[in-house]
Order: sequence, then C-alpha cells, then structure tokens
Amino acid sequence: MAELGSILKIFIAVVIVNNFVLFRFLGLCPYIGVSRNSEAAIGMGMAVIFVMAMTSAVTWMIYNYLLVPFHIEYLNIIAFILAIAALVQLVEMIMQKTSPALYESLGIYLPLITTNCAVLGVAILNKDTLFGHSLSFIKCLVQGTGAGLGFALALFLMATIRERLELADIPESLKGIPIAFITAALLALAFLGFSGML
Amino acid sequence: MSDKKSITGELYRGIITENPTFGLCLGMCPSLATTTSVKNAVGMGLSTTAVLIASNITISVLVHLMKQFSNDELFQRIQKIRIPLFIVVIASFVTVIDFVLKGYFPALSKELGLFIPLIVVNCIILGRAEVYASKNNVFYSFIDGLGMGLGFTGSLALLGAIREILGSGQILGLSLFGPAFKPAIIFVLAPGAFLTIGFVMGFFRYISSIRSKKI
Repeated sequence: MAELGSILKIFIAVVIVNNFVLFRFLGLCPYIGVSRNSEAAIGMGMAVIFVMAMTSAVTWMIYNYLLVPFHIEYLNIIAFILAIAALVQLVEMIMQKTSPALYESLGIYLPLITTNCAVLGVAILNKDTLFGHSLSFIKCLVQGTGAGLGFALALFLMATIRERLELADIPESLKGIPIAFITAALLALAFLGFSGML
Repeated sequence: MSDKKSITGELYRGIITENPTFGLCLGMCPSLATTTSVKNAVGMGLSTTAVLIASNITISVLVHLMKQFSNDELFQRIQKIRIPLFIVVIASFVTVIDFVLKGYFPALSKELGLFIPLIVVNCIILGRAEVYASKNNVFYSFIDGLGMGLGFTGSLALLGAIREILGSGQILGLSLFGPAFKPAIIFVLAPGAFLTIGFVMGFFRYISSIRSKKI
C-alpha cells in the first residue's frame, strides 16, 4: 500500500507539480514550435507520451542489464541518446506498417522527438532519482508516462491560448515567440499554485 | 568559398546577427533553466561553448577525411547516417565535460545538474554541425563554434544578470541595494524565466525593427 502511495505521488508530481515544461524547462523547442494550433498539439502530445513511456522502459533495461554488468555506467549519455534515436525510428516503422492513419497524423512529429530534450531528460531523471529504489521499473514507467502527459497537457493549454492570441491586438515586436513566452510565464505562475499539493 | 569570410565577420555573425538564443531561437531549455544567476549562466554557456568548439572541429575533420578516403558512392551512403554519427561525437564530448565539471567544479555541476547531460540535445550544437561544420574547413568551423558559443554565453549571462538583480537583489553574489530592498523572488522561479526571455526577445526585435526602418 505504501508503494502504491509513493507511485501515485510520483505521478502527480511529474504531471502537475513539477511539470516538465513549466517547472523544469524541458522540451521548450517543440513547446514553442508546435503550439500554434490545437490539433497539431494533440498529435505531438500523443507521440511524446508514447515515446517517453517506451524510453523509460528501454533505458531502464539498458542501464540495469547492459551498462551495470559491464561496469560502464559512465557511458549512459551515449547509450541513452542512441537508444532514443533507434526507438523513435522503430516506432515510426512499426506505426507505418500497423496503423497508417495514426502514422499520417503523427508522422511529421516523430523525427522531431529524438532531439526533444524532455525525452533524454526523463531518462536521465529516472536514472538519477529512481534507479536503485524498490519497484524501480514500475516507478520509471509511471514517471515516463506522467512526464509525457504533463508535456501534452501544457502543450494543449498553450495551443488553445495561442489560437485566441492570433486575434488579439499585441505590439508588433512582441508578436509570435515573445508573446508565447509571456503566456507561458502566466501558465507557469498558475502551475506554481500546485506546489503546496505535495 | 571560404576565401570571402573574415574571422571578425564570422565572430560578429555568431555573437550578434545570428545570436543563437535571441536570433535563431535555439537552445531554449538551458537558457531558461540555468539562468537563475550570472555564475550558473556563464558556467552553462562556457560548457556549451567547449562542446560546440570540440564537436565542430571533430566533425569538420571527419567529413574531410571521409571525402578524401572514400569514393563518391560510399560518401553518399555515409551522408545518410550522418546525424547519428554527429550525435555520437557530441555525446562523447558531453560525457567528457560532465566529468570535468564533476571533478573540478562540483558545486557548479550540482547546480546545473540535469542540464549538463542535456547539452547533447541542445539544438545549437547539432544545428551548427549540420549547417556549418560539415561544409566548411577546420579553422572556420573553430571560429564559428567560438562565435556561436560566445553569443550563447552572452545571452545567458544577460538573462542571468536580469534575473539575479530582480530576483535576489545581487549581482555575482554582491548585494546591490542594501538590506531594505525586497527582491521579487518570482524572477528566480520558473515564471520569471519565461517572462524575462519574452520581454528581452521583444526588446531586441523592437531595436532591430527600428534599425531596419532607418536603413
């Protein structure tokens, strides 16, 4: 029961309180780049949730069954980034074969995910905070999925706000990216209110 | 093609006209996350610069060697897997920097934490490898790395200075306004980072729009 509680705590922390985008500043490039309309935001969000969950599982296995037995833990950065690149490629190929409709909608976002720092970020965060704990595999999986969900949530909120901002009267030099950052500041301020939850 | 370039021109381009943070909007994550103080910002900027210079030089050398020692067909094939190749080179240098910081600057390494390994996915480095280093000679790749790195360090230091002054009333640990000053703590927290970069970016756009109107 205590384990279940700690898993739930990890999940809430990573989705809302320590949101990857608005609290940890991870994955900002796609956050600003893909948040112009809400449909694209949903597509990107789905792809990121999927890849982050897979990455958490795969990097856990690589670290514990490959790097630790050979005592080459210091190679973790290289191993993780290669694993992510290969994983994204694999997901892309499987998706193309099995569900062309999903591939059509996610297609362009998948290659971008390799260089999304939130994905490598979740792998390294898992390694730093969770490896060595009891049930660490399940906790990593929960943290990975939660991080993806948090990213998708923040991205979707931002996209819906930016759709409305298109119509607003903003100073010329703040249009586009600067106003997106200022909006993100207000969103981050709102999310800061959750920090008392845990 | 590299005859027309001048060293100062290349440096100026990296630092001012194509400034990675404000001009090209690359490498956003570290420029927000590590700019809580000038010291952290400069530490992050210089680490990135070191990786950028090393990877630019290595990739330039690699591409030249591959051109020299392989025929056209083989080179075409290597071209297809160049991105994974670049990433491995960058990841190796980042591992080195990670250990150097852990060994010689443990306090800074702890402050920057997650963002040292994340230099690997900083788009500036892969971007310069793809756009510049793989097409230019070794010396200019070095200069480009230096210019871009300094531009990045400069923008980070500027953001760090603004946030440190407003958020904790200090600069480089020196108190500026005396004990009566109540700093706006929000500026060292997450929302302040977004707010600062939004307004600074808007300011630079405003300046460049005025300058282009005059011309």
